[in-house]
Amino acid sequence: MTIPTKEEMYAALCERHGADIQAKFAAGAVAVCGLGGLGSNAAVHLARAGVGRLHLIDFDRVDISNLNRQQYFPDQLGQYKTEALAETLRRIAPYCEITSETVKLDAKNIPKLLKGYPVICEAFDRADQKAMLVNCVLEHLPEAYLVSASGMAGIGSANEIQTRRITSHFYLCGDGRSDVADGLGLISARVGVCASHEAHMILRLLAGLESS
Amino acid sequence: MVTVNGAPSDCAGSSIAKLVADGGYQPQRVAVELNEQIVPKTQYESTVVKDGDKVEIVGFVGGG
Repeated sequence: MTIPTKEEMYAALCERHGADIQAKFAAGAVAVCGLGGLGSNAAVHLARAGVGRLHLIDFDRVDISNLNRQQYFPDQLGQYKTEALAETLRRIAPYCEITSETVKLDAKNIPKLLKGYPVICEAFDRADQKAMLVNCVLEHLPEAYLVSASGMAGIGSANEIQTRRITSHFYLCGDGRSDVADGLGLISARVGVCASHEAHMILRLLAGLESS
Repeated sequence: MVTVNGAPSDCAGSSIAKLVADGGYQPQRVAVELNEQIVPKTQYESTVVKDGDKVEIVGFVGGG
């Protein structure tokens, strides 16, 4: 089966989303930081929506414990998440420009590695790492839009997960409190709701709708 | 009055470090905005809030 041409896929996206919004999605560039339950799911939504450029960042490899909620396949175990996810995204959106970097982000390399991306998606799992990235981006890359997430563990109602506007450039998704450190599990659907909040806020920002 | 996470508080004169500690947050797990500007961690002790300020302390929890 041959895949559709770039023009055919773009026309189909325009039909679904409207040409004006699609042009904005196609012009968008998003750096996804962390490719676990949040980042891998958010990236799939962004690729399906026709976002023009995605930059994938993670240092880790696919592990069997990821398969309950992350967008990887059992035959990808052991691969770098950057490579495994890029492979999947290229099947979903063959004309999306996908780049990746297999690296651990830290306060020192973030200003350099994330520079130039108009939208940054924080999708780490550890609380201190989330805080580190958010502080670093807000301090050093103030022109970027930052969408972050905190609180999606457990089997509590998915309706508790929301998107909050903290400032004009900083949006926070999640319930704000359910911590994986409290022994709560991470369940695909609830983590996925939170990842979808992140992806949707990013799409709204790309579409020029700045408040949640 | 100072507004902290949307609620009025009579904490004018307090440092950001004190607000973070009094709120029960761990400093390495927060981001603090003062009047829509990020407060660098190195300035938590030296930044003092005054009447009319709006403080947003975002505490992060784990999972992703």
